[in-house]
Amino acid sequence: MKMPLNWARDFAKFECTPREYAERMTMSGSKVETYETEADEIKNVVVGKILEIVPHPDSDHMVICQVDVGTGEAVQIVTGAGNLKVGDLVPAALHIAKLPGGVEIRKGKLRGVVSNGMLCSLSELGLTKHDFPNAVENGILVLDEEYPAGTDITKALGMDDYCVDFEITPNRPDCLSVRGLARETAATFNVPFNDHIPSVKAGHGSSADMLKVDIENDELCYRYCGAVVENVRVKPSPKWMRERLRLCGVRPINNLVDITNYVMLEYGQPMHCFDYKYVNGAHITVRNAKSGESIMTLDGTTRDLSEEMLVIADEKGPIAVAGVMGGEYSGVYDDTTTIVFESAMFNGPSVRTTAKKLGMRTEASGRYEKGLDPNTCDLCLARALELVQMLDAGDVVNGVVDVWTQKRDERRILLRPEGINRLLGTQLSKDEMVKILLPLGFVMDGDEIIVPSWRWDMERDCDVAEEVARYVGYNKMPSTAVRGIANARYTPRQIFDKGLVDALIGYGLYQIETFSFFSRKAFDNINLPAGDKKRNAVVISNPLGEDTSIMRTTALPSVMDVVARNYNARAAECAVFEDATIYIPKATADELPTETEVYTIAAYGDNYDYLAVKGIVEQLAATARVSNVRFVRNTEGTTFHPGRCADVYAGDDCIGVIGEIHPAVLSNYGIKPRVCAAEINVDALFAHAGTTPTFKPLPKHPAITRDLALVADTAVAAADIAECIEKAAGKSLEALKLFDIYTGDKIGEGKKSLAYSLVLRAPDRTLTDEEAEGTVKKVLKALEAINVTLRA
Amino acid sequence: MKEKLQAIKASADELISNAQSAGEIEELRVRFLGKKGELTAILKQMGGLSAEERPVIGALANDVREAITADITNRTKQLENAALAKRLESENIDVTLPGTRPAQGKRHPFELVLDEFKDIFIGMGFDVVSGPEIELDHYNFEMLNMPKSHPARDTQDTFYINENVLLRTQTSPMQIRTMEKQKPPIRMICPGRVYRSDAVDATHSPIFHQIEGLVVDEGVTFSDLKGTLELFVKKLYGSEARVRFRPHHFPYTEPSAEMDMSCFKCGGKGCPLCKGEGWIELLGCGMVHPQVLENCGIDSEKYTGFAFGMGLERSVMMRYNIDDMRLLYENDLRFLKQF
Repeated sequence: MKMPLNWARDFAKFECTPREYAERMTMSGSKVETYETEADEIKNVVVGKILEIVPHPDSDHMVICQVDVGTGEAVQIVTGAGNLKVGDLVPAALHIAKLPGGVEIRKGKLRGVVSNGMLCSLSELGLTKHDFPNAVENGILVLDEEYPAGTDITKALGMDDYCVDFEITPNRPDCLSVRGLARETAATFNVPFNDHIPSVKAGHGSSADMLKVDIENDELCYRYCGAVVENVRVKPSPKWMRERLRLCGVRPINNLVDITNYVMLEYGQPMHCFDYKYVNGAHITVRNAKSGESIMTLDGTTRDLSEEMLVIADEKGPIAVAGVMGGEYSGVYDDTTTIVFESAMFNGPSVRTTAKKLGMRTEASGRYEKGLDPNTCDLCLARALELVQMLDAGDVVNGVVDVWTQKRDERRILLRPEGINRLLGTQLSKDEMVKILLPLGFVMDGDEIIVPSWRWDMERDCDVAEEVARYVGYNKMPSTAVRGIANARYTPRQIFDKGLVDALIGYGLYQIETFSFFSRKAFDNINLPAGDKKRNAVVISNPLGEDTSIMRTTALPSVMDVVARNYNARAAECAVFEDATIYIPKATADELPTETEVYTIAAYGDNYDYLAVKGIVEQLAATARVSNVRFVRNTEGTTFHPGRCADVYAGDDCIGVIGEIHPAVLSNYGIKPRVCAAEINVDALFAHAGTTPTFKPLPKHPAITRDLALVADTAVAAADIAECIEKAAGKSLEALKLFDIYTGDKIGEGKKSLAYSLVLRAPDRTLTDEEAEGTVKKVLKALEAINVTLRA
Repeated sequence: MKEKLQAIKASADELISNAQSAGEIEELRVRFLGKKGELTAILKQMGGLSAEERPVIGALANDVREAITADITNRTKQLENAALAKRLESENIDVTLPGTRPAQGKRHPFELVLDEFKDIFIGMGFDVVSGPEIELDHYNFEMLNMPKSHPARDTQDTFYINENVLLRTQTSPMQIRTMEKQKPPIRMICPGRVYRSDAVDATHSPIFHQIEGLVVDEGVTFSDLKGTLELFVKKLYGSEARVRFRPHHFPYTEPSAEMDMSCFKCGGKGCPLCKGEGWIELLGCGMVHPQVLENCGIDSEKYTGFAFGMGLERSVMMRYNIDDMRLLYENDLRFLKQF
């Protein structure tokens, strides 16, 4: 909400710098975003009076002017414009003047004749014909009011006022008006608020004889006030009104339209004017749209209406969408002679829904949806009629047609100082509180606060507390630290998570953060088969675009994007992980999806092959104290290399997958080097995490080590051999380590040699060589069953 | 004999002190002290001495033996020291060569700053909780005094899944979920991802992070809110950091405020970072609206509370002087390695 300071001064006399104003208003609750003046952009431009005009000797379109700029000495300025005559008052930019857009004017010579500045047109001052309708488009601006020569042009044109831009919160629609903000200003600066009560002089006839108004839906229309103005005289509005509108960012149109906008800005009430001859039957009905009805709105678009929308209709059909926008014939035209002013109140949520549905949020709808005050519709209409008379814009017809279905009844709140102090932590007296409330328009009746109709945000103690607090000053109130016992701590799961993230970082991986949503194409990028259950994702009904339209069911595509980005940035090595949340839909759409945490790891580079990433997962499981982790070959997938992929199990639960990314997937991402990746479900990992370990005494007896070189078919999995050895060796096997693998000529095609080291130990005695040999024999015998033999 | 002993000693002294290796020394030990050594040979002749001479010569012989033994020990030590010195000299390396570093990744800057926030709040007695990102309209809006068609919903452009389910636009629904589950006293923070329909640019992202805070107990006041948040800022930015509170509006708190902190770059004088104001907007806060407490079945006449919410991105960007939010989600290693 933009507000020129001088407009506010109509209601409250205050004196301060704009900066101080911004600061104090912000601290009392009306947040100032910016304050600026057009004069900042214009320097050293003054009102000049043309004393003499002579033709330029060397040009047929330029003239040489002698200009009085208030210094007592005429200044010579050359100009090319042809609309000047002696005695005209014009904007004269003097030597070293500044104009909007960073233009600087200096003296110089034009075809050999000295020019000590420049005479300015509207556009050179950053203005348009809307601001000065009497000015010529392509010529020097000739001022139509008297000013002494030398007056600063920004002052003469009303460009020197500061315009303050407020951020108005939705609870204070009353502050979407100069009057509302002026009331806050008066309270903030502790000066009287001089309210303006419009007075309309008696006119002729009776509006009630000319206009009939019916409200069919009193749930959605609380009040409708209409008044008629005859013999309208459409012309530009006066400069002061145009200036104020312009500063507020509203384009001046003509006096009648400007009045509706002026009243809206001043009082907060959206106004509308209809051309009386297009109100068929001179009968306005506020009703719901009928099925199949449509309307061409002022912006020239035909809009289909639906039955829940409220319209202003005449006897033929809708002439406006209530509170949103008028129809094409609701306006002021050259041939308009009689108009109807509308000042009405509609249900906020209904206006909001309608405006959203029609896709046209307007200044009016934005105000209505916040809930305006129906009690002041007539006041605002009176202000409009007062302005019509002041501007001589037409002849006001007596009386107002006022249909009022829902009044705001008086609201009272019991002032409970103890309740307010309890909330604020203060010890303010009742008197101190009352002193704050009165200037804001509240009225006291004993212990009860009578809430003014424009402050419908006020309902209970806490609302009163805020009024008190903001005028005491938030920063003048006490500050007390939290009390009570601090017994918070991280949960076991939080500690678990932090430990594992730290571990992953310790293994050299960089933590990344990617978006939780992506495109369906992400599934194609990782070559997920058509029917894969991961393709069943939560869909956003109103996404920003296809790229961000579904919630991810796997973070692998997002992480691969990061890998690809770093590959394209020529990173020699890239090892990253995301502690990613994935979203798995439930059976019905109204059930919230399951949100699961998945460590999603991907890496390429000299140090990262399948076994390196597997090692990371093994180490992670060990850190998490998950002892029953197994890797089971998975040849089914299309995302991973069919020969280099395993499902990760903890006990019987599949907790993730690990593998080298399929070359076809790599090519989808344009990545050349091999990439290995893993997805580990943290919830599942946590479910299998071991508890606090129990100390085992250190061994008292020596161990015996036996090395076995074995030969197996290449297809036999190392995990199966290890399992076989562990089972056969029994309790005395303390450690088993695979220390060498060999394939080659010496053992023949289709075979591999594996060298294991077995550490055997008994807790209660020194094992004998015979016992060790016995264990080795058992192991070898068991291995025969899976066709694994001692290497010859 | 005495002369012989002295001659042996003199000869041993000289030979041992000139020995150049452990082997030579061993040879000399055998030559002088061995079973067939020179000293032993002398001692064997002691039988021929008189009773008076025997103890004298015996004592002398012992002295000689000890002296030679000491010589051997000393020379051995000398040689060892020399050898060690030589080895050390030969093992000289360029100690300025680059070290062989273990692999070490890094936490994402979000997590670095968030960890700090969490630690501070844990220390102030706040539990850290988390909740669903895909949330019911009921929790995200309605229970927070924002019924359907409430204009305040406009300030939070919302991604909907369907009419009742949405991507949470704030972490505030966790206030409701916490109060429904737990009776006062409550002291918690809830960090997490939130979603708003903003296109990506240098200062906007459709996904960002918030940290919600909630305190509910008997006798909690607006002054407590001020003191608590002031303490948080001082713990985070140092004791010289100042804060100010400005009135604001949130449908679920009353009174409501925004908190600014003195610009840490210029200390409040005004600079480009704080746009000349000397203050940086940090968070929104307020006293929990009694209607919200009542919505959760908490007696608003008995209990009061305060709540606050702040964005993480802004803090991270200010902390590390990052000028473009997109960098945080691009995960370029050249970026991540800097933290």
